[in-house]
Amino acid sequence: MPAAISVHPSRGQQVWRRFKSRVMAAVMLTCALAVMAPLFLVLYNLVHEGATSLDWHFFTQLPKPTGEVGGGMANAIVGTLVLLAMAAVIGVPFGVMGGVYLAEYGSDRVNDWLRFAADVLNGIPSIVWGMVVWALLVVPLKTFSAYAGGVALGLMMIPLVMRTTEEVLVLVPQGYREAALALGIARWRTIVVIVVRTALKGIITGILVALARVAGETAPLLFTALGNNFWARSLAAPVSALPLQIYAYALSPYDDWHRQAWAGALVLMALILLTNILVRFLSRERRFA
Amino acid sequence: MNAPGEAAPIPTGPPLAPPRRLADLAFRWIALLAALTIVALIGLVGWELYHGAGPAVRRFGIAFLGNSTWDPVTDRYGAWPFIFGTLVSSAIALVIAVPLGVATALYLTEFAPVRIRQPVIMIIEMLAAVPSVIFGLWGIFVLIPWMRDHFFRWLQGAFGFLPLFQGPIYGVSMLAGGIIVAIMILPIVTSISREILRSVPDLQREAAYALGATHWEVIRVAVLSYARRGIFGAAVLGLGRALGETMAVTMVIGNRPEVSASLFAPGYTLASVIANEFTEATSDLYLNALFELGLVLLILTVLVNVLAQLMLRTITGGASGKVN
Repeated sequence: MPAAISVHPSRGQQVWRRFKSRVMAAVMLTCALAVMAPLFLVLYNLVHEGATSLDWHFFTQLPKPTGEVGGGMANAIVGTLVLLAMAAVIGVPFGVMGGVYLAEYGSDRVNDWLRFAADVLNGIPSIVWGMVVWALLVVPLKTFSAYAGGVALGLMMIPLVMRTTEEVLVLVPQGYREAALALGIARWRTIVVIVVRTALKGIITGILVALARVAGETAPLLFTALGNNFWARSLAAPVSALPLQIYAYALSPYDDWHRQAWAGALVLMALILLTNILVRFLSRERRFA
Repeated sequence: MNAPGEAAPIPTGPPLAPPRRLADLAFRWIALLAALTIVALIGLVGWELYHGAGPAVRRFGIAFLGNSTWDPVTDRYGAWPFIFGTLVSSAIALVIAVPLGVATALYLTEFAPVRIRQPVIMIIEMLAAVPSVIFGLWGIFVLIPWMRDHFFRWLQGAFGFLPLFQGPIYGVSMLAGGIIVAIMILPIVTSISREILRSVPDLQREAAYALGATHWEVIRVAVLSYARRGIFGAAVLGLGRALGETMAVTMVIGNRPEVSASLFAPGYTLASVIANEFTEATSDLYLNALFELGLVLLILTVLVNVLAQLMLRTITGGASGKVN
């Protein structure tokens, strides 16, 4: 390869090499633009198709029966929020405590294995989580339910929250811990009131990112929460969620449902983007020492 | 404990009093148990899928993987069309996403003015945050109509002599599925490649510059050859994501269990068939067969992910947990 850089390059060669370098720079810029383009195209179409369909009814009404025009996704919006709350109940305690273990306790060897396991778990396809929770909860309870959907999303959150929690905890300066221990504060209290407290913003950031991630998941809900065109009577009943409703409407043959699918997608995307922007705002101030 | 200002009592006796040690121990065990849920979950996923697939595994044996019949009416099941569809759509995705992602990462680390780096990185992270079902919706109503009427026709005109680009164009197709997956794995391929490129020591670049290399020659000789293994790891990680991608693919790939040489023909993937047929499975064996497809998918993704982690771990110390 270094043959291209000869010891006495001729003038023509130098011009050619510089020209080639410029061309490659332009190619890479083009690639970068091509990678960013889909986001703008998707956002443009979401706003273009979705905004005209967003009205008050969309947020307050239930879906209309098949083929009828109008109605909204009130139940799906509430369903998504309920599922996210249940996911947080499972994902946050396990994730944060696991992250505490990785950052504060544990030998290097054990932690390496645990991190490795968390990364492998992150890579498991979301549809597989749906099957697992179906076998775990839907079969014994004999019904699709909000519980099952919440558990599926919650289990997916655990490794995400664990990794981000660990990452921010190790950023807390060692001196804080030593100072607290030197004052005679017990190890567990040091962790809770000093270390976790210091890194709290970062931990919350990680939790929000994980929530935004599972908020858009459809596959794990298909056979757990199932979807429901009415208000769910209880948490033990099937419940709708925005991604499920978008999926069902997008594949339907009705123009009005397509219109509502776009509106639902716009609401879901806005929810996720706002969370991401909030996170950016929070993490901007995250500096410890 | 002590009110502020009040002097702490001088501790006597052993440094840790028994009750405090108990609380410490309890806290530590709770944390350990929380961390061990990770291991328990891996076991749970594997066991549930194996358990669900059991009867099908015993009934069909290894032939399940190579058999192309998928007929719920006569209870005969084979996984080959789905394995084929998963591999082909993922391969298309990699062919598109790896060069684009690596070039973007190179642009960001080597060319882009510092001022615009952060915004570009942010936009790519936002792309990673778009849910799969929204890409599917966009694919059905925007991307596919456009590709069917323009891009696919052009491809057929230019490369129609290849079997890959022959046959009728429906729009929904293996190629459409691959392209959607490519868009979805671009952020992770780009961000891992960027990490890898950033870990290339500046000394490498400076040495090449000192020899009189142009900007591109520095990248080719000093940066890319140094980062080759890590970039391969990024591609493998992208493959792991591509294999398990469900919703967007289900919406655009056509969902027909066929093995066809043409990329314009509809296909079907492991994840899509589970998404479509799981709640409609009428017989026990049908359900078992779907679980076995899930097991195949799980084994594929776990193997690919483990491989990627091993390759990246030695380079960056496991940077992969950060994105998505």
